[in-house]
Amino acid sequence: MNSLILVAVLLLLSAIGYQFGRKRALAGTGGEIRGLHSLPGYYGAYVALWCALPALLVIAIWLSAQGGIVDSLLIAGLPASAQTLSTGELSLLLSDIRNLASGDITSRTPSPMVLAAAERYNDLRSTGFAAMVVVGLALGMAGFFFGWRAINPEFRARPRVERIVHWALIVASAIAILTTIGIVMSLLFESIRFFSRVSPVEFLFGLNWSPQTALRAEQVGSTGAFGAVPIFAGTFLITIIAMLVAVPVGLFSAIYMAEYASPRFRAIIKPILEILAGIPTVVYGFFAALTIAPFFRGFGESIGLDVASESALAAGVVMGIMIIPFVSSLSDDVINAVPQSLRDGSFAMGATHSETIRQVIIPAALPGIVGSVLLATSRAIGETMIVVMAAGLASNLTANPLEAVTTVTVQIVTLLVGDQEFDSSKTLAAFALGLVLFVITLCLNVIALSVVRKYREKYD
Amino acid sequence: MTDIPANDATNDAEARTRTREAALIRKRYRAERRFRMYGLAAILAALGMLTVLLVSIVSAGLPAFTTTQIALDLNFDAGDIDPGGSRDPAKLASANYRGALLKSLRAEFPGSETRQGRRDALNMISNNVPFVMRDMVLADPFIIGTTQRVWVKSSADIDQLAKGSIDRTLPESDRRVDNRQLAWFEKLEREERIRTVFNSTFFTTADSREPEQAGILGAVIGSALTLIITLLLSFPVGVMAAVYLEEFAPKNRWTDLIEVNINNLAAVPSIVFGLLGLAVFLNFFGLPRSAPVVGGMVLALMTLPTIIIASRAALKAVPPSIREAALGMGASRLQTVTHHVLPLAMPGILTGTIIGMAQALGETAPLLMIGMVAFIVDVPGGFTDPATVLPVQIFLWADAPERAFVERTSAAIMVLLTFLIMMNLFAVLLRKKFERRW
Repeated sequence: MNSLILVAVLLLLSAIGYQFGRKRALAGTGGEIRGLHSLPGYYGAYVALWCALPALLVIAIWLSAQGGIVDSLLIAGLPASAQTLSTGELSLLLSDIRNLASGDITSRTPSPMVLAAAERYNDLRSTGFAAMVVVGLALGMAGFFFGWRAINPEFRARPRVERIVHWALIVASAIAILTTIGIVMSLLFESIRFFSRVSPVEFLFGLNWSPQTALRAEQVGSTGAFGAVPIFAGTFLITIIAMLVAVPVGLFSAIYMAEYASPRFRAIIKPILEILAGIPTVVYGFFAALTIAPFFRGFGESIGLDVASESALAAGVVMGIMIIPFVSSLSDDVINAVPQSLRDGSFAMGATHSETIRQVIIPAALPGIVGSVLLATSRAIGETMIVVMAAGLASNLTANPLEAVTTVTVQIVTLLVGDQEFDSSKTLAAFALGLVLFVITLCLNVIALSVVRKYREKYD
Repeated sequence: MTDIPANDATNDAEARTRTREAALIRKRYRAERRFRMYGLAAILAALGMLTVLLVSIVSAGLPAFTTTQIALDLNFDAGDIDPGGSRDPAKLASANYRGALLKSLRAEFPGSETRQGRRDALNMISNNVPFVMRDMVLADPFIIGTTQRVWVKSSADIDQLAKGSIDRTLPESDRRVDNRQLAWFEKLEREERIRTVFNSTFFTTADSREPEQAGILGAVIGSALTLIITLLLSFPVGVMAAVYLEEFAPKNRWTDLIEVNINNLAAVPSIVFGLLGLAVFLNFFGLPRSAPVVGGMVLALMTLPTIIIASRAALKAVPPSIREAALGMGASRLQTVTHHVLPLAMPGILTGTIIGMAQALGETAPLLMIGMVAFIVDVPGGFTDPATVLPVQIFLWADAPERAFVERTSAAIMVLLTFLIMMNLFAVLLRKKFERRW
């Protein structure tokens, strides 16, 4: 919160800087705007930017680096007995110290060493904060005077301000790239650490998945087994069930919407169908667990089938319902993009409407439809909450939709939710699964987007 | 054709061809109708599923908006509450209200003298009754030594019984309420000491292990804090990126790369953003777990592509003549954009932003990765306090075994859907009101 006050002070300073910059520019020509190179506001903005930008940048860097520096100073200051602790014990000790320093309850009664360290921790933090305030304010003031001194009526304020804004725009658009790089790096980095313990061959082709690592090293199965084939198979099974629901329903509704429906019908029904896409996935998950799974179970029992209460069928069907609008709205666009001349030609040959659709429009729209189905598939593969709530946790290599299977996303969630140490194979396995998920969905998306784009270009 | 005479054989052949043709045409028309029916059936199936979903949620969730209360004669026994008679608020705050409550219960429920009986009696009412008694005493110390009839919250099981969710005809071992409790309850019912009131607790408290004390306020505040961060980050950055790509960027490989990137990011599974947040924000930068500020940052990265794509479409819809006119008047390119193009595109940009925010509000998976899934009983007070959000609260309650949490989960879903519907309606209205066709 205190850093927020510092930022507010700096913003106030730059607002004052704006006024001063304007005034100085106008004073230089005796209040005549015509004598200035730029509009007076630009002189103000120039001072304000000099005031705020360097200081805020330094504060941002300071804040992100401070935690690590304070921690390492703290560890360096601990007695030798504490320095030889393992990383896990050390982090427990550090969190004790931090809790004590902020006045919270600690996990153990604090030893004098921890008490002293907590005091030192608070000292270090307040010193760090004070230094940051001093540096931030000094930079702000320095920027203020630097900007203010530079101002005279001939000063080219507008191009300079615009150049800064231009760079800000470039930085903003580069954030998309940075996000992708961040995703790839974080997934790759942790996955490489995982693959240094478990061979990629075992991971990709092993048939046994049981990631529980034992507490004691000598316990049976303490290393866990990381063969991900059952998980991939489960993901595949649920995705197929989802697509079996979504593709026919979505495609036929798209055809009806685009070809048969009156504009009125379309205007009412289309937004209602879109609601399906707007419902949060956690709601679908709850729906699957509350309504659909018991329904399938009861129905199976009544005809003598043994349906698991977390069957792949329930999760897949609900996921299919969620995906319907993706298939239908994309296919609708694609079918609408087929030129009217193709339809007219077919009608002129005496074909009925359904014959035209089946023999002319669908073949013409096929690439686009395939693209939309691929996009929907990638959606289904990456979908998390429905399967977390309605599919199983234990890995099970089966093609029977009535049994419980688990998926990549379910495993990522179960491995990472709750307390975790960051360098166990179990935690790292989640990142390896994430990498697989990212690569598969990325491939599907790239193929789908390029197919759709090519298709659009064909008829535009 | 008819006036030309022809012999019988050709007539016959022609007639046969005609019937064959007629049959073929009928068949084709039947196929046509069938095809049309398939389309209609598909739409009806989708609508039917939507209806089933909404009906099952609403019917399960409506009971959670009411709660059951029991009128109890609470004996504020001076011996338990204020044995010294000092009326010292500090002592009153930590007095033995449970003892006083147990005495009252013994008087109220015949048969509650035994150990099992006492437990049954305590299980009739919510376990926050001693705190209610304390608050009453602190507000008015003169009630010490008196007996007051107070409407107290019933326990979740009795609440379910009153709402008819527990079948009274089941054998005792299959019921959450035993025969003794049922008898007490029926007696209270006859004496009209059971009432159903609006469940205000649901909207004024945070999570709790006890269903009757659990509420969504904490989650709603957490969602609000998270969305504020998301909006503050993703709106300016998204609009700036869109402005650069649409108005300034030269057509080169770098811009192509950014474009492809944005389109792909829009389709990356949300859980991958959670992994990014865990690895970068939590482990690399050491930001706090479970905090709305981290959740907001992750969701901002996730909604950024939506906002950029919508903003670009809105900017593209502004006709070039506006730009040319502004440039012709001597405005710089930046002035053209900020003074003319951006204001005209703003309704479209805002619509896209609201839709992006609605997505972020409903998102759960990435927040599970960064620890916003903890059990938190306090309403968060700031951006770095541990918090949870509405969808995660739904996920947590959906996992809880108590039956009473099923209706609370559904009720929380109804609240979430209400927020989403309001946001989307606002977006539609905004578009309707300000949309301009050039």
